[in-house]
Amino acid sequence: MLLTSLYNYWVVIALMMIGLYMVLAQGNLIKKIIGLNIFQTSVFIFYISVGKVNGGNAPILAHGETIYSNPLPHVLILTAIVVGIATTSLALALVIRIKRAYGSVEERDIQAEDRPC
Amino acid sequence: MLTHLPILQVILPLVAAPSCLIIRRASLVWLFTLGVSIAAFAVSALLLQQVSTSGAITYGLGGWDAPWGIEYRIDLLNAWVLLVVTGISTVVLAAARASVQAEMDQARQTLFYTLYLLCFAGLLGIVATGDVFNVFVFLEISSLATYALIALGRDRRALWAAFQYLIMGTIGATFILIGIGFLYMMTGTLNMADLAQRLPEVSSSSTVLAAFAFIVVGVCLKLALFPLHMWLPNAYSFAPSIVTAFLAATATKVALYLLVRFTFTVFGVQFSLTSLPLQSLFIGLGLAGVFVASVVAIYQVDIKRMLAYSSVAQVGYMVVGIGISSVVAVQATLLHLFNHALMKGGLFLALAGLAYRAGSCHIDAFRGLGRTMPWTMAAIVIGGISLIGMPLTVGFVSKWYLISAALESNLWFVALLVVMGSLVAVVYIWRLVEAAYFQEPAGDQPPVVGEAPLSLLLPTWLLISANLYFGIDTRLPVEVTGAAAQYLFGGAQ
Repeated sequence: MLLTSLYNYWVVIALMMIGLYMVLAQGNLIKKIIGLNIFQTSVFIFYISVGKVNGGNAPILAHGETIYSNPLPHVLILTAIVVGIATTSLALALVIRIKRAYGSVEERDIQAEDRPC
Repeated sequence: MLTHLPILQVILPLVAAPSCLIIRRASLVWLFTLGVSIAAFAVSALLLQQVSTSGAITYGLGGWDAPWGIEYRIDLLNAWVLLVVTGISTVVLAAARASVQAEMDQARQTLFYTLYLLCFAGLLGIVATGDVFNVFVFLEISSLATYALIALGRDRRALWAAFQYLIMGTIGATFILIGIGFLYMMTGTLNMADLAQRLPEVSSSSTVLAAFAFIVVGVCLKLALFPLHMWLPNAYSFAPSIVTAFLAATATKVALYLLVRFTFTVFGVQFSLTSLPLQSLFIGLGLAGVFVASVVAIYQVDIKRMLAYSSVAQVGYMVVGIGISSVVAVQATLLHLFNHALMKGGLFLALAGLAYRAGSCHIDAFRGLGRTMPWTMAAIVIGGISLIGMPLTVGFVSKWYLISAALESNLWFVALLVVMGSLVAVVYIWRLVEAAYFQEPAGDQPPVVGEAPLSLLLPTWLLISANLYFGIDTRLPVEVTGAAAQYLFGGAQ
C-alpha cells in the first residue's frame, strides 16, 4: 500500500541516492557533474510531487473545475531549475579550464600532479 | 525613499553588477564598485538606526503583502550583520585596486568587480530576506559568484579548489532546498514569521525533524563547521588575495547568521535547543573544530592556508556559543561574528600587501619582514594578538563573553577548552613573529623591495585599529548584540 501509493517519493529517494553516490564515488569530473544533476533533478521531482492534489486539474479557471493542483511548488522549481543550469554550466566551464591546466579530467591525475608542488 | 531601504540594500549591488560591464574601464569600474559599496554601507547604517529606535521593519516586495508576496524583514540581528558585511566590503574594496591590478590580467579586472558585486548582492539578500525560498536563491547567487571568484586565482590549483567548493556548496544548497520543501509540505508557507507560528503545532512530526536536519547540515557545509570544512582551506589559499579577505570576513559570517536565524527564529528555541540534542552536538563539534583546525594550522607553511585553518577554528568558537544557548553565549557568538570579521579582514589584507611585494605568502617570505615591511608586519602582529584573544583587542571581548557564558551554565570544561584553544593560537602566531623579527632573509630569495603601497596599507590599518578601538570602547557592539541576543530569546521566554 505504502509502496504503491507513494511510489513517486520512492523514485525521488532512489534518484537522490544514485546522484549523491555518483558525486562521491566517480573520479571523472564530468561524471561527478552528471551525478550532481541527477541529485538536483530528484529534488525537482520531489517539489512537483508535493504540489499534486489528488484528482486535481491544472490551475486554470475553467467550467466546473474546483479542485486544482498547487502551482506554487512548480514556480519555485522553475527557479531551482535555472539555478541548476547555471551551476552545471559554471562547473563545465571550470572543467574545461582544468583540462587545459592539468591535461586531464580525472580526479586521481589532478591530485597526483599537484602533489610535488 | 526611507521606506524602501530594505530592498535598496539588495537591489543596489544587484543592478550595479551588470552596469560594470557597460563602464568597462577597470579603474572606473573599481571607483563605481566602491561607490556602490559605500552607498550600501550608508543604507545599512540607516537601517540599523531605524531598527534600534522603532523596532523591526517589514517590507513587502512589489507591494504584495506577506503571505502572498516575498517579505523582507529587518530586525536587530540582520541589521547588525548587514552593517558588518557592507562595512567590511567597503574597506576591502578600497584596498582592492592595487592588489587586483597585480594579480589579474587587464581583461579580467572588470569581470572581477562584476562578480564581486553579484556575490555581495547575494550575501546581503540572504541576510535581508524574510522568506526561506528567497534565502536559497540568494545563497546560490552568492555561491556561484564565489566559485568564479576563487577560480580567478593565478595558481592552477585555484581551479581545482573552485570545482571542489562547487560540488560541496551545491550539495549543501540542495540540502537546504530539500529542507525547505519539507517545511512547505507541513505548513504551506515559506514566510519565516509564518513558519515560526505554524511549526510548533507540527513539531513532533518526523518530516519537520528531517527538514531541520537537512537545513542544519546544509548551512553547516556553507559555514565550514568541522568536519564539513574540507573545501575552505583550498578555496582560501588559492583565491586572489582580495577575494580571500572578502570571503573570510563575510561569507562564513552570513552562513552563521543563517544558522542562528533557522535555529532561533524559524524553528524556535523550544524546538531546536530543548527537544533535540543539538546543544551537545554544537559544543562538541565546535570544540573539536577549534582544536583540530588550530593544530593543523601550526604545521602549514603557506600563511594564507594557516589563517584559513584558523578561520575554521574561529567558526568553532561561534558555534560553541550557539551550543551553550544562553543569552550571554549567543551574544558572544554575535560579538565574535563582528570581531572575527575585523581580525580576518585585517590579516588577509595585510597578506594581500605581502603578496603584492613578495609574490607569495610562504613562511620563508616572512623572514626579516619586521625590517623590510615594518607596518605590514606590525598589522599582522596586532591582528594575530587579537586572534589569540589578548586584552585590549576585540578577540578578548568575545572570548570573555563566551567563557563567562560557559561558567554561568556550569560548563567549566568548555571554558577551560576555550582558553586552551587560544593557547594553540599563540603557537601559530608566534611562528610568524619569530620568522619576521628574529630570522635573516634567506640568501637565495629575492629581497622584498619595501613597504606595501599606501592604498593597501591604509585599509589594512583601518581594520587593525578597529580591532584595538572596539577592544577598548566596546559599547556599540556589546549593546547591539546584547539586544539582538535578548530579542532572539524573547519569543521563547
